[in-house]
Amino acid sequence: MGVLSREVGLSRRGFILASLSAAGGLMIGIRPVDAATPDSAGAELGAWIVIDPDESVTLRVAKSEMGQGIFTALPMILAEELACDWRHVRAEYAAASRNLADKQIYGSMGTGGSRSVRGSHEMLQQIGASARERLIAAAAKRWQVAQSECGAANSHVQHAASGRRLSYGTLAAEAAAITLDQEPAIKAPESFTLAGLPLARLDTKPKTNGQAPFGIDTRLPDMLYAAVTLCPVPGGKVKSYDDSAVLARRGVHSVVPVPGGLAVVADRFWRAKEAAAALQVQWDPGAGAGTSSAMFRRDYRAALDGPLETARKEGDARATLAATPPTGGKLVEALYEVPHLAHAPMEPLNCTARVTTDKVEVWLGTQNPDMALQLAAKAAGMAPEKVEIHNCFLGGGFGRRSMNDELIHAVTVAKAVGRPVKLIWTRETDMQHDRYRPQAALRARALLTAGESAAEGSVARIEALHLQTAVGSITRSLGWKALAPGIEPQAIEGLANLPYAAANLLVECVLKNTHIPIMFWRSVGSSQNAFVVESFIDELAHAAGEDPYKFRRRLLMDSHSNYVKVLDVAAEKAGWGSPLPAGKGRGIAIHEAFGTIVSQVAEVAVDKGQVRVERVVVAVGCGHVINPRLVQMQMESGVIYGLTAALGDAITIKDGAVEQTNFDSYPMLRMAEAPRIETYLALSGGKRWGGIGEPGTPPIAPAVCNAIFAITGKRIRALPISDTDLTSRT
Amino acid sequence: MIAVTVNGQRHELDIEAETPLLWILRDELGLTGTKYGCGIAQCGACTVHLNGAATRSCQVQIGDIDGAEILTIEGLSADGTHPVQRAWIEHDVPQCGYCQSGQIMAAVALLKEKPDPSDSDIDTTITNICRCGTYPRIRMAIHRAAELAKG
Repeated sequence: MGVLSREVGLSRRGFILASLSAAGGLMIGIRPVDAATPDSAGAELGAWIVIDPDESVTLRVAKSEMGQGIFTALPMILAEELACDWRHVRAEYAAASRNLADKQIYGSMGTGGSRSVRGSHEMLQQIGASARERLIAAAAKRWQVAQSECGAANSHVQHAASGRRLSYGTLAAEAAAITLDQEPAIKAPESFTLAGLPLARLDTKPKTNGQAPFGIDTRLPDMLYAAVTLCPVPGGKVKSYDDSAVLARRGVHSVVPVPGGLAVVADRFWRAKEAAAALQVQWDPGAGAGTSSAMFRRDYRAALDGPLETARKEGDARATLAATPPTGGKLVEALYEVPHLAHAPMEPLNCTARVTTDKVEVWLGTQNPDMALQLAAKAAGMAPEKVEIHNCFLGGGFGRRSMNDELIHAVTVAKAVGRPVKLIWTRETDMQHDRYRPQAALRARALLTAGESAAEGSVARIEALHLQTAVGSITRSLGWKALAPGIEPQAIEGLANLPYAAANLLVECVLKNTHIPIMFWRSVGSSQNAFVVESFIDELAHAAGEDPYKFRRRLLMDSHSNYVKVLDVAAEKAGWGSPLPAGKGRGIAIHEAFGTIVSQVAEVAVDKGQVRVERVVVAVGCGHVINPRLVQMQMESGVIYGLTAALGDAITIKDGAVEQTNFDSYPMLRMAEAPRIETYLALSGGKRWGGIGEPGTPPIAPAVCNAIFAITGKRIRALPISDTDLTSRT
Repeated sequence: MIAVTVNGQRHELDIEAETPLLWILRDELGLTGTKYGCGIAQCGACTVHLNGAATRSCQVQIGDIDGAEILTIEGLSADGTHPVQRAWIEHDVPQCGYCQSGQIMAAVALLKEKPDPSDSDIDTTITNICRCGTYPRIRMAIHRAAELAKG
């Protein structure tokens, strides 16, 4: 265990890494955005692997590269089994149209739930191993020797007995024609040689010279541009509009109705955007008219009084709490609240579409190419088989690009005008028409009683714990299938799987939607539920007069030893318990999400009410690691994403509309506020394949709030932190 | 007609004087490495060098800069080997990558002013937003670029 960037200690791995780095010949293969056909002339070994005569190996990626490094991680898994030379590897997107035509040959191409590696590593290993065996079989056939006498390494097949050797580029065409009698076994992770190394990302270079193709960079011949103006109240629509003045402006082509509003089409984006802003529209605000965040807040609080559905029940927490106070018991109760949050990816939503009589082509960054294909077919009124989705690099996703509202706009407009159209949502549209992290109210009640510990004597125990959440249903907001009575996994993840020992436990949920669309926001339900659970556990530790780290440790010890291992690493590396200057303090939190346990210790300073997070220590227990550098990057990213929201972000509603418009009213953490972040691996190997894209986010809000309590005695029960006045100490 | 020189090449443009430089670069000249992020000079994704100074191009009207010299990410180096680009690659800075052209242009300008910047110089000068949170790596890469530039 160590700082991940210094992870490579073993000499064998160190050697491999050094030889790969020295080469420096990594390239990225994304198809040119307006290429009509795949650019590869090589032999295809299955739908995933193409080997060219020049030895280049193109590995197809069926997940979206949105910053998490999947264009590096998944090729590493394929290359591990393929035994190809990593220096010759290129990555390119798998095509959604082929996935449709070839009966889901790429599986689900949706990217989310931090599941790209853990959900596809076995399949990719098998595909890589299979291709390797076909290459070996091709060589064996040429040499007229038994396949078992040959082996593969570094893009070559060797016949040890005769010393003969052939390259993959030479063999690929023959290998493509070979069918195996049986599929080869795949490697156990313990015998990986390439996977597990902190290799450099394949997509770095084009992201440092302006060449990386994002959806917004698409340029097609004869292309028009479009900007939209949408009803400020989500769910509303156009009542009437007057486009006469706008149509007279230089370069303006037309005004086209789209779901929720109007698109202005022009020969330049700037002209379209200015014209859209000038368009005179009367809106019908619909059912959301007149609502506000304050109203929602009252409604969610009231919903906690029931009725609620039971998500988990052990013993009878309600009766135990109702019978209080028993002798020696201490009742702790708190109401927590979180606001709507925007995803705000750096690249505002955009989509370029070309609709002809027999084809729909779409260029965008999407987290869900399969669904994008269906959406495009529907918007164009054509069969799905006529659609081609050209996925690009995503300028951030964080869940927002799982549902491509912008695609429906672009296809609608491109069909209407009969020319290719690049449609861009301005930052203001992106922020005011997001599908947000839901607002929620949560209540926690607990009874602490005196228990006995063999090691520590008399200690507090949780006699009863009752957690309730009132939150919007994401699946209902998306119009997905009707839910079983009143519970969805997204609402209770991080609550129902509470790891702490409680003699009686009740977790309840009530789903309540408003007109504000909601969706998956990095770490989904854990983003609010970890804040509540880990803040409330801290409250209980203080009520019991115990150290928050030791209190957690004791309550996890019997049933969740893996949590204890992760918690210990965070506490030890952070120097938990060592003295800090006045005005500074530490807070700790631990949370499991998407198969990974993450504990964080935040070192915080509060000065004249201003919160500054100086250092964050991250211990991550994700089990097997494909690329520790990517794990480290995602922990840093997750911390900063969560911290940005916790410190000062809220999407608020007034008269049914979102009040925030841009980064001036929805502030982002910047360099000067960014803490030092140290990441340590805990829980290596075993049976665990945890995700890494999201689990870094949930613990940071409670870790920081717990530190603020340690410094000021003020308990933050509503986010963002900036809503609480910390200038005076309690 | 308004004339500007971008990456050493002179362009004459018949366009509304109030058009932001950002959209001139992206839509007129096809230089899409410079990104649109907010349109109000908050995020810095559109940072270019205007007559040598790091500037948020979404707030510069083309009519105000007739005759100006502009450098974009595409013109920073012929082969992506400017010391800042090399340092960015060494530290694998980008994640989604969308903000990085602007970050790199801001860092290049900082190093021109202060060849050996302190952490506090970086804090005050690099105010571009990165939603992926690459700040710790940007900081390391700027220090590394300072070393590389010294040779």
